[in-house]
Amino acid sequence: MVTLKFNIEGGNFSKAGYASSQVKKTLKQLNIHQSLIKNIVVALYEAEVNIVAHAYKGTIQVDIAPTDVSMLVSDEGPGIENIDLAMQEGFSTASAEVRQMGFGAGMGLPNIKKNVDEMYIDTVVGKGTSLKLKKMLNNV
Amino acid sequence: MKVTELIEKLDLKVYTKNVNLEKEINGGYVSDLLSDVMGNASEGNVWITLQNHLNVVAIASLKDLACIILVKGIEPSLDVIAKANEEQIPILGSTEKTFELSGKIYQLLM
Repeated sequence: MVTLKFNIEGGNFSKAGYASSQVKKTLKQLNIHQSLIKNIVVALYEAEVNIVAHAYKGTIQVDIAPTDVSMLVSDEGPGIENIDLAMQEGFSTASAEVRQMGFGAGMGLPNIKKNVDEMYIDTVVGKGTSLKLKKMLNNV
Repeated sequence: MKVTELIEKLDLKVYTKNVNLEKEINGGYVSDLLSDVMGNASEGNVWITLQNHLNVVAIASLKDLACIILVKGIEPSLDVIAKANEEQIPILGSTEKTFELSGKIYQLLM
């Protein structure tokens, strides 16, 4: 088992994608199938950007096991008021500045869901959100 | 078609330095929404956009895109160019608008 941990700063867009890029490198070194790496990278990048765009700070932990990759993405932030709405494509609570950069199109959580096998959202309004994701490695 | 051939055929400006331009292009994606590109662009695509900040380079690198083409003469800032050099992502520029440029690239690739 390989474990990678990252601290993510809220609001710092210049660093967004660093954790995803490190995880991608590690998965390549471990010879994980290319199509699975692509799925994991899309899901993780969206989750990483969600922390940067919405939260004060957060952490990402990635556990790479022979059978699956588990990702725990937790933040201290505003939380999600309505998960059903947040899961709808096109719905976003992102700020005008964030949208101007081309983020905040309301595709983050739907993109994550499409690219992993399991996704659980645990959120408390005013406290934060944690996202538990799992990608199986045996079905290419 | 290689990135170098595209540069030559469309007279594109090359903003990055010492970045491999021999990469093969297999198609393209046109979007200014980053999650759209993240979710739908494919490895080896050219990405045509007007977005020109650091996250564009991060996405192109994560998705293994062939290059980024900025439209309408938009120029990347020095920090974006530096990041693209480091990540080996060519940033090219065209004075044309998105529709016209995409049409020409489509014809060249199909």
